[in-house]
Amino acid sequence: MGKPKIGVFGFTGCGGCQLEILNLEDQLPDLVNAVEIVNFTEAVTEHSDNYEIALVEGSITTRHGIERIKKIRDIAKIVVAIGSCAVTGGLNCLSNRYGLEKAKELVYGKKKGWIDSIVVKAVDEYIKVDYYARGCPPNRFEIVDIIRSLIIGREPEIPDYPVCVECKRNGNTCLYEFGITCLGPVIRAGCNSRCPNSGVGCDGCRGLIDNPNVNAQKDLLGKYGLTVEDILSRFNFYNSCKNDNGKKKNDNSGGLQ
Amino acid sequence: MANNINIEVSPVSRVEGHGDLVINVRDKKVEELIFRIPEPPRFFEAMLVGKKCYEPSHITSRICGICSVAHTCASIKATEKALDIKPSEQTINLRKLVYHHENVQSNALHVYFLAAPDFFGVGSVIPLIKTHPEVVNIALRIKKMANDMVRIIGGRAVHPLRIVIGGFTMLPSEEEMLEMRRILKACYPDLEKSLEVLKTIKIPDFERETEYISISNEYEYALYEGNIKSTDGWEIIDQDYSDKIKEKVVKHSTSKHCRASRDSYMVGALARFNNNYEKLTENAKEYAEELGLKAPCFNPYMNNIAQFVEIIHSVDDSIRLIDRILADGLDEDKMMADIKTGGGRGVGVVEAPRGLLIHDYIYDGKGRVEKANLIIPTGMNYANMENDMKSLVPKIIDKSEDEIRLACEMLVRAYDPCISCSTHFLNVKLINR
Repeated sequence: MGKPKIGVFGFTGCGGCQLEILNLEDQLPDLVNAVEIVNFTEAVTEHSDNYEIALVEGSITTRHGIERIKKIRDIAKIVVAIGSCAVTGGLNCLSNRYGLEKAKELVYGKKKGWIDSIVVKAVDEYIKVDYYARGCPPNRFEIVDIIRSLIIGREPEIPDYPVCVECKRNGNTCLYEFGITCLGPVIRAGCNSRCPNSGVGCDGCRGLIDNPNVNAQKDLLGKYGLTVEDILSRFNFYNSCKNDNGKKKNDNSGGLQ
Repeated sequence: MANNINIEVSPVSRVEGHGDLVINVRDKKVEELIFRIPEPPRFFEAMLVGKKCYEPSHITSRICGICSVAHTCASIKATEKALDIKPSEQTINLRKLVYHHENVQSNALHVYFLAAPDFFGVGSVIPLIKTHPEVVNIALRIKKMANDMVRIIGGRAVHPLRIVIGGFTMLPSEEEMLEMRRILKACYPDLEKSLEVLKTIKIPDFERETEYISISNEYEYALYEGNIKSTDGWEIIDQDYSDKIKEKVVKHSTSKHCRASRDSYMVGALARFNNNYEKLTENAKEYAEELGLKAPCFNPYMNNIAQFVEIIHSVDDSIRLIDRILADGLDEDKMMADIKTGGGRGVGVVEAPRGLLIHDYIYDGKGRVEKANLIIPTGMNYANMENDMKSLVPKIIDKSEDEIRLACEMLVRAYDPCISCSTHFLNVKLINR
C-alpha cells in the first residue's frame, strides 16, 4: 500500500498501548519513515481526517465514543484494535460487573448525574475490526508486524495456539508445579509467554484461542486441586465484557464452565 | 487584539488523555477559564471492591500506562501496610531503583517528545527527526535505557509483572545489573549534550507563587517513601493525608479537584524540587544551576527543567543503588516476604512522575478490599493550572490570539498532565466572539 497514512486514536484506557508505540525506541525512526502519521494526539499536534489505517486503543464507554469510532470506521480502510481494552473491553469491564450506576455513585456520590458513562464494550461490538493486536499492554513488535504486513500486502501472522507452546519453548517449568494458577493452556500466544517467564501466571490478556481445549484446562485444574472458580477471577480481569454483554447471560466463564 | 475573546482548545495535544481548555475574555477581563476534562471515567475505586490482596496492584497499574510502576508501588505499599507484610531491604532498594527509571522514562518522554517541539516551533517530535537527529537519538537512547532498566527489574516497561506484594516474583541477574550500570555510566555525555540544547531554549517568563506539595524524608530525594510536606509549612505522615488534602467533584471535569492550605496547589517535579532541593546529588544541583533553576521556583514552565534535573539525579542515584544492591548480594531468600491475609487499613503514598499519588485501602477480615480511595497527581494539579492561567492571561492579553493559545497550551503541557490517570486529554479552540 505504499506509504500509508496512519491515525492513532485513544478511547477509554490508560494510554499504555500508545506508549508502547513510542517505546519502539530502536524501530521508531524507521517506522516514522515507512508510514505517515497523520493523527496521534498523545504525541503530535497536527491532525487530519485523511488516513488509511486506524490504530484504535481503549474501550467504548460513552455515547460520544460510539459516534467517534463509527466516524473512524467510515474513513479508514483498515481498523486495527490495539490492546485488551479495544479488543475485549479489557479491564474496564470490571466496572460493568460492579454495576455502572453503583460505580458512579461510589466514585462521584450525589454528583453522579454529571457523569455520562455507558456500559463498557469492546470496539468490535460497534464496528467491524480488521486486525487485532492483543494484550495488556500489546506486544509492540506485533503492532509493527501488522503494519509491515499491511504495507507489503501479506496477512499478519497472529498465533492461534496457546501460551503454553511459547512457555515450553522458553524452557520454563510449568507454574502449576509451584502452585501458581495460570491461564496459559487456553489463552492465545504471541506474547512470548512474558508473564510465566517472570514467574507470574497468565492473566489471559490476549483472550481465548479460537478453539480452546477447555477439557485439558479442567483436567489441569483437577490435577492440582483447583476449581474453575479459582481461575475465573483471573479470567474476568480481561475477558468478562463480551460474555456479560453478549448472548450467554448466565455464563461468564468463556466456555470454561 | 480584540477586547473580547473566546478560546477553546479541544483537545490539547501532546498530553496524555483528553482535556479541553476554554477561555472567555470580555473587556480584557478573564470572565471564564476552565480546563474541562471529558475523559471517560473508569471507576477503579469500584473495580477494587471485593478483590483479593494480590489483585489491586495488577488492576491499578492499568490506571496509567506511563506511570504504571508508581501505581503498582502505591498499591502494594497500601496492601502491605494493611496486612502487615514486611518486604526486605533488598526489595525496597530494588523498588527504589526501578522507581527512578519510570521517572526517567516519563520525564524524558515529556521533556524531549512532548514539550520540546514547542521550543523548536514544531508540532511534534517527527520533524525533529530530520532537523535535530542528534537530539532525537539522545532522547531515544535515554528513554530506552530507562525502559530497559524497568524491563530488567519489573519484567516489562509498561505494567510491570514482577513487582508484587511482599517483594518480587523474580530477581534480575548480577550480569544484568552490571550491564545496566555500564549503560548508566555511558549516558553522561548524552545528558551533557542535552544540557547544552536546553540552555538555548527560552522558557516563558511567568511566576505565580502557590503551595507546593510532595513527599519528603530526611535521607534522600524522596520518590518512594516519606511524609507529605508542603511549602506552606506543614508536614504530616502519609496516612493522615485527608487531614490536609480535600477532594471535590466539579461539574466541568470527570476528574476531581483538590485543595489543601489554599484554593489550589502544585505537585510534580517542581514541587519535589522546591521541597527537597537539598537532597539532590551535587551533580544534579550543578545542572540545575546551569539552567537557572533555583529553589524555590515559582515559574510553572520550569517544571520541564526540574524534570530534566531529576533525570540527572536518578541516573546518579541508581548507580549508587546498584553498587549497594550488588555489595549486599542479590539473595533469592529475601525476594519474597510472608504474605498474611487479614484486615485493616493501609495507605500507600509515593511520588508518581507527575506528583503525589495516594492509594488508601481498607481490607475486610478475609483479605478482600472493602473500600478504596485513590488520589491522582494530575487531579491535584487541575485547579492550580486554572489559577495559573487566570493569572497569566491578563498579563499577555495584548498579544495575538495564537500567542495566547500557545502560551496556555504550553502551560498545560508544562504540568505534563496525565489525564487518563486522573480520569484522560486536553483539547483547545479559539473563537472570536
